Amino acid sequence: MRRSTATATAAAVTVAALLATATGCGGGSADGAGSNSAPGELTYWASNQGADIAADQAALGPELKKFEERTGIKVKLEVIPWSDLLNRILAATASGQGPDVLNIGNTWTASLQATGALLPWNAENFEAVGGRDRFVASAIGSAGAAGQDPAAVPLYSMAYALYYNKKMFQEAGIEKPPATWDELVETGRRISGDGKWALGAEGANLANNIHQVFVLSRQHGGSFFDAAGKPTFDTPANVAAVKQYVDLMAEARIVAPGNAEYDKNQSLQDFAGGRTAMVLWQSAASSFKAHGMKEGDWGTAPVPVPAGAAPGTGTGVNSMVAGINMAVFKNTDNLDGALKFVGFMTSDEEQKILNGTYGSIPPVKAAQSDPAFADQDLTVLRDTLATSAAPLPQVPEESQFETTVGTAVKELFADAAAGRPVTAESVRAKLAKAQQQMAN
Amino acid sequence: MTSAPSTVPPGTGSPTGSPTGSAAARGTGGVLARVRRPGGGSRRPGRARRSALPYLLLLPALLLELLVHLIPMVMGILMSFRKLTQFFIRDWSRAPWTGFDNYELAVDVNRPVGRALLDSFATTCLFTFLSVALCWLLGTAAAVFTQHSFRGRGLLRALFFVPYALPAYAAVITWAFMFQRDNGLVNHVLHDQLGLGGAENTFWLIGDNSFWAMLTVSVWKSWPFAFLIVTAALQNIPGDLYEAAALDGAGVWQQIRRITLPSLGAVNQVLVLVLFLWTFNDFNTPFLLFGRSAPEAADLVSIHIYQSSFVTWNFGTGSAMSVLLLLFLLLVTAAYLLLTGRGRKDADAR
Repeated sequence: MRRSTATATAAAVTVAALLATATGCGGGSADGAGSNSAPGELTYWASNQGADIAADQAALGPELKKFEERTGIKVKLEVIPWSDLLNRILAATASGQGPDVLNIGNTWTASLQATGALLPWNAENFEAVGGRDRFVASAIGSAGAAGQDPAAVPLYSMAYALYYNKKMFQEAGIEKPPATWDELVETGRRISGDGKWALGAEGANLANNIHQVFVLSRQHGGSFFDAAGKPTFDTPANVAAVKQYVDLMAEARIVAPGNAEYDKNQSLQDFAGGRTAMVLWQSAASSFKAHGMKEGDWGTAPVPVPAGAAPGTGTGVNSMVAGINMAVFKNTDNLDGALKFVGFMTSDEEQKILNGTYGSIPPVKAAQSDPAFADQDLTVLRDTLATSAAPLPQVPEESQFETTVGTAVKELFADAAAGRPVTAESVRAKLAKAQQQMAN
Repeated sequence: MTSAPSTVPPGTGSPTGSPTGSAAARGTGGVLARVRRPGGGSRRPGRARRSALPYLLLLPALLLELLVHLIPMVMGILMSFRKLTQFFIRDWSRAPWTGFDNYELAVDVNRPVGRALLDSFATTCLFTFLSVALCWLLGTAAAVFTQHSFRGRGLLRALFFVPYALPAYAAVITWAFMFQRDNGLVNHVLHDQLGLGGAENTFWLIGDNSFWAMLTVSVWKSWPFAFLIVTAALQNIPGDLYEAAALDGAGVWQQIRRITLPSLGAVNQVLVLVLFLWTFNDFNTPFLLFGRSAPEAADLVSIHIYQSSFVTWNFGTGSAMSVLLLLFLLLVTAAYLLLTGRGRKDADAR
């Protein structure tokens, strides 16, 4: 009898263990609003802000150490490349197994807010980080859908600028950076040739494609979503905007065809290496330095606008409100620690250090007025943010818009690079397809 | 069977050497019986208890199978009937029920979603056919070539297995680097060293050529498996068949055609099926080569479903597409097994 008892016990234990695994799969507190069951530790997913992941680890490491010394809370850092970040967040949201604190691209905020996984920043939570009024209004505007508590807190603010290589401009006899698109094309034609190209692009980088065509669409008086939040991708203004951007390669031929497959900031390397003379980029200074350029090798100017316009609102919009937000996963098991950490990262002192490192603008008012952020580079970015930048649509479908329209632009660049014609009709067809993918 | 037969009480099973029943077949029962009753206390063990044991032992495996395969499959089918978007991914059971809407959307070729699915299905069929055919051809040719021993055969075989032994991730990423237009090795060899392909460098990772880049990587990655299987099967063909054929004056080609290939029949049947299923569902190759938005020419169904689910966040539509794909693969597999099974029976009957 002893044998069968043993067998039965073993089987019962196995079954129980399996059932425990099975029921444990869901994991975590499914709907809870955070607890403090693990107060000594936090996991932080940082977006890749520096030249590479090692640079971010080097920049953030000492700050996290500082935080640990002050609070006794150890922060486990993971720097995640942009190409993976959204997927990782999505998986964490679906499984409930994520970090406590994370960085999100501010354009995704409304999309991620819709999942209900992020801690809403109501008055009480804002109080824990010094109050909502510490932040610049436009940065708060890109931290969630209108009429709701923000789903995140702004961390770094950025804007697009036109960066140009001073030496290459000099050699081509060009005195000042182009202010309109016509000037850009004309300048570009003078520079392109002999293995040199005028403008860098990232044809296969979906997010970058979106940022560029969003601005051009605004300059054409267009919009990718109507007032009710419904996609309007294939309107004539949007078709014109997308075609104008791809035509910089297809028709004006001032963008190297090889840029059609760029998606890992290769255009910044080309710029730093003197192979292209201009790039349209957000807060690129630290990357240029990492690629071996010296302060003063490049100049910074506002992104061009249509002929006859000036940077401003409406058709003068020449940048999206770019930036990184900091969010807290609702089901964190260290809510107090997470709030403390966000408070630390958005403190005046840390804002100066971190934004100084990354060449971005602090979204915290007190830090932004620091003289360190008043050099030529940052003045252009700050003015752009203050006067002529518009936030991407804060709608739940924003991240899908990025990937569908971003892919359409990528495919059009592939056509242009292969020498196939890019016509208004082919652009419209791609945008219509992207819109259909959204609508189901 | 280390214990002496004398410790076995009579009537509890056949002792070693008993003429009734082999010891091997009933060994387990015998041994356990002996361990259980060292003193020979109780008599006949309960029949029911003994026959329940195998099932108890199988239970963990069954439960795991249930957990790993069945439950996710049922969940996938349930999801395919819902409008499941980012609003519900934290708790998909709250997503609104939409009946067959997702399926209609997936198969309606007059609308872009269905049209794109059909296109990617066609691409996948062509890709699978070419890849499986090339893998089989290469694998068989190499196996036949290395069938007879020669100097350096071991080294050559080891080299053939390299792609199969490498982690898929590292290998495909390396290919992605090699296919880069301006700095990649492929264009360097084709254009700079061989002078092929005209003045402009060729794009491999965007545009139409991406199909051929993907096919190259797929064949490179999978053919050693065909080689491995065919090599193993060749070991089972008796050498005297070849000797007899050679005596009858059959040349090498005739030997391959009349002896080697027919002897591989059953193995080939399984090999082609496995390669078909792997290639048809291959996700790693296109994803690692092209990222989350593959070029249209290389838009395989697996990537397409991934895009529907995780890029545009229409998890319901993605699930419906997955179910359709599963049905298709089941149908093809069943038809294939039926056909090849009948073919073999016919051959046996002859």
